[in-house]
Amino acid sequence: MEERKLPPISELCTLTMVLVILGGIYVASKLPREVPLGIPIALTAIAAAVLVVSVVLLTRLPDDFAWDNFRLVAGYSLLAYVAIAGILEFTFLRNHTPDDVMVLLTAQLFIYAVNIPVLLGFSVARYQTPSRATA
Amino acid sequence: MATEARAITATTPMSGPPAGAFVVPEFEIIPLKGIPSVVAVIAGLTVAIAVNKLWALEFFHVVGGGLWTGIDLFVGLIIGPILGRLSTQARIEFLTRFMPKMVLIMPTLVIMTLASGWQLARYTGDIAASYPEHWWITASFMVVGVMSVIAIAILEPANIAVLFELKKPRPNGELMAKLTRRFIYTAGITGIMQLATLIIMVRLATN
Repeated sequence: MEERKLPPISELCTLTMVLVILGGIYVASKLPREVPLGIPIALTAIAAAVLVVSVVLLTRLPDDFAWDNFRLVAGYSLLAYVAIAGILEFTFLRNHTPDDVMVLLTAQLFIYAVNIPVLLGFSVARYQTPSRATA
Repeated sequence: MATEARAITATTPMSGPPAGAFVVPEFEIIPLKGIPSVVAVIAGLTVAIAVNKLWALEFFHVVGGGLWTGIDLFVGLIIGPILGRLSTQARIEFLTRFMPKMVLIMPTLVIMTLASGWQLARYTGDIAASYPEHWWITASFMVVGVMSVIAIAILEPANIAVLFELKKPRPNGELMAKLTRRFIYTAGITGIMQLATLIIMVRLATN
């Protein structure tokens, strides 16, 4: 089976992940001192916009895309990454991170936890044929 | 692990010999038996962060980080090149037993190391060190960031896609070879990057 020609959803999701990680590194490198929020907010906003584009492109994929495989992989990944994001959130809360920084970090973790399941689900399902649910 | 197996015919060979029938052992993409262990580790990690005890945080960070680094180096630099030279049948047998375990082990080690590491740095005050010393901390974030992008965007999808391919009645040998090569190369790159992590962490721990 040839690799199908599909929209650049993997690339967009990777870009989202890079932007979130850059924003996260910027914030983490400043803590526990005061964090200038302009740059990380901009990075997070762009990441959110790119994620929305990815999801829109995903919803426009044809019916012969292996949606069953996508749902299977994305579902398990979502479970895992919600747990991972939850533990990181708990760690930041445990250290009394300032409210404005906490809101930003929460937004970054949310984008991260949604983006990666989309990336993994799409990257696996693109090689599959529909109606074959494997687990 | 189940010992049942089924014979398959690859549409194209993974490498070398012509296409033929291969035997794929029965396997689970996510080994359910391993999930209680993952839950136990995550619960222990959460307690360690909540009670904020030095020994518990050190335990999770050192054990998690040591295993993460060691496995990455071993897989990338030792297992990877060996895997590339195995016959198709041997590679299928190895991958169906090895990769499902990696699906559970690696994310668990990563979250164990990162979350306890952040808390540990807060506890010891390393995170509050002033620049230029703080650059070592920032450098560790950057190395982990790059490794995360490689692992999540390339390595992990290749790993899972190979397992899905092996579940098919007629796996595409060419596709599996391409994805396995991708897995081996990216594991090698992250393995080499782990050397940078080792340097940074030893520098921080001994400063």
